[in-house]
Amino acid sequence: MGQYNALNIAWNALRGHKHWQRAWRDPEPKSNYDVIIIGGGGHGLATAYYLAKNHGITNVAILEKGWIGGGNVGRNTTIVRSNYLLDGNAPFYEHGMNLWRDMAQDLNYNVMFSPRGVMNIAHSKSQYDTFARRANTMRLNGIQSELLSREEVLEREPIIDGSADTRFPVWGGILQPDAGNARHDAVAWGYARAADQLGVDIIQNCEVIDFIKQGERIIGVKTNRGDIHAEKVGMAVAGSSSRLAEKLGMRLPIESHVLQAFVTEPYKPLINGVVTFGAGHFYVSQSDKGGVVFGGDIDGYNTYAQRGNLPVFEDVIAGGLTMMPCLSRLKLLRNWGGVMDMSMDGSPIIDVGPIDGLYLNTGWCYGGFKATPASGYCFAHTIANDEAHELNKAYTLDRFAKGYTIDEKGMGPYPKAH
Amino acid sequence: MIRINCPYCGEREHSEFTYGEDATRTTPDNDAPMEEWNKFVYERANPAGEHIEYWHHAFGCRAWLKVQRNTLTHDISWVGLPHENPEAAS
Repeated sequence: MGQYNALNIAWNALRGHKHWQRAWRDPEPKSNYDVIIIGGGGHGLATAYYLAKNHGITNVAILEKGWIGGGNVGRNTTIVRSNYLLDGNAPFYEHGMNLWRDMAQDLNYNVMFSPRGVMNIAHSKSQYDTFARRANTMRLNGIQSELLSREEVLEREPIIDGSADTRFPVWGGILQPDAGNARHDAVAWGYARAADQLGVDIIQNCEVIDFIKQGERIIGVKTNRGDIHAEKVGMAVAGSSSRLAEKLGMRLPIESHVLQAFVTEPYKPLINGVVTFGAGHFYVSQSDKGGVVFGGDIDGYNTYAQRGNLPVFEDVIAGGLTMMPCLSRLKLLRNWGGVMDMSMDGSPIIDVGPIDGLYLNTGWCYGGFKATPASGYCFAHTIANDEAHELNKAYTLDRFAKGYTIDEKGMGPYPKAH
Repeated sequence: MIRINCPYCGEREHSEFTYGEDATRTTPDNDAPMEEWNKFVYERANPAGEHIEYWHHAFGCRAWLKVQRNTLTHDISWVGLPHENPEAAS
């Protein structure tokens, strides 16, 4: 299929762009693979890519019930960061940052990674103190962080309401300068194309209906396109994790919730980086096309409907307008919802088992996009070696029973953290 | 838009309510094995379809209600008091 490069573009332009080949094949499923990955989202595609690239396992099928990039990987607010506090999380996400930096070269696909900085705003002295603790912890973990004064915050983002009589005046902020955004669709397409070039079969419109077991071991899956056997079956199905686990008689520490996101019509440059409001829940950035992309809280009740309700819509907009009043003049273009796999401690699960032949990747809450490369990297290692990588060894399924939860928010067993 | 027909107040919009949790879970005995407590605290049924759950009419009469809601469509097919059950589930 060839490399994408400037010469290639020029050559195809001269030929009227009539000879581009499809970016990945559309193969019929074979009856047997070494590894099946259920779920053709960002994490599933990345896993297949790293299985082939890092572990030489190329006889791999990705089974996607819809189409590549149609789920959460195409529904998020595209934010990439690693500003975590706890030991189980910080090195994992920071490894992800390293993969993000080289991703476009590695995949030969422009994922438009843009490290424009992620800035969280503090609105009180005490909030600023907790930010200082976070900034210091991040530095100890080798993650870049800067504490910003009120003036520095307003200088970076002039449209923030800096007046003294606003409801939540700006006190200061914390910045991860090397965090930012990436083009979400391109990440899915880039991993798909790169995995396909290494021999991975991407099978779309292929829904897993049940598992095939031999004794206590999983040896394949039944799909709407026939039975497919494999030595190892990995699940990376995000919000549908409980539905698949139910077919195995398992209950997971997961609840599925809807998260809404919003985008305005394209405007001239207005917001320089990613900004989050500290007195509510609102995060915003501006896409390269000019659309102002933002989101807030999950709706708060378990659901599989990929659409939310108006009270959260109103709450998100209210938070945004308090921080950036000029947003009230923008016209909203679209609003949508995605189904999140909310874990009981706000951290993910990448683990072997608990059934032989099965590998779990779930519990990303609403932070799954930034984790795409690190998740694929670690899940591939876990599948290939039957044991966790150093970076995901804390993300076990049995950590809940053993009391080793990774509760970044310190809020207890409650499936509403992120 | 979710609307809940409160037995005390009538039909009200969802912003008056806060979501509680799955109403079918029962607390294990104090001396139940840790496995059962682990299941109770951490594991969730998370069904795709009908779900019986508690809602609190926090900005209304402040009563706790039991609600049957479809998690695929947001449709609410039954609302009762916490000690009641919809016919299909009882």
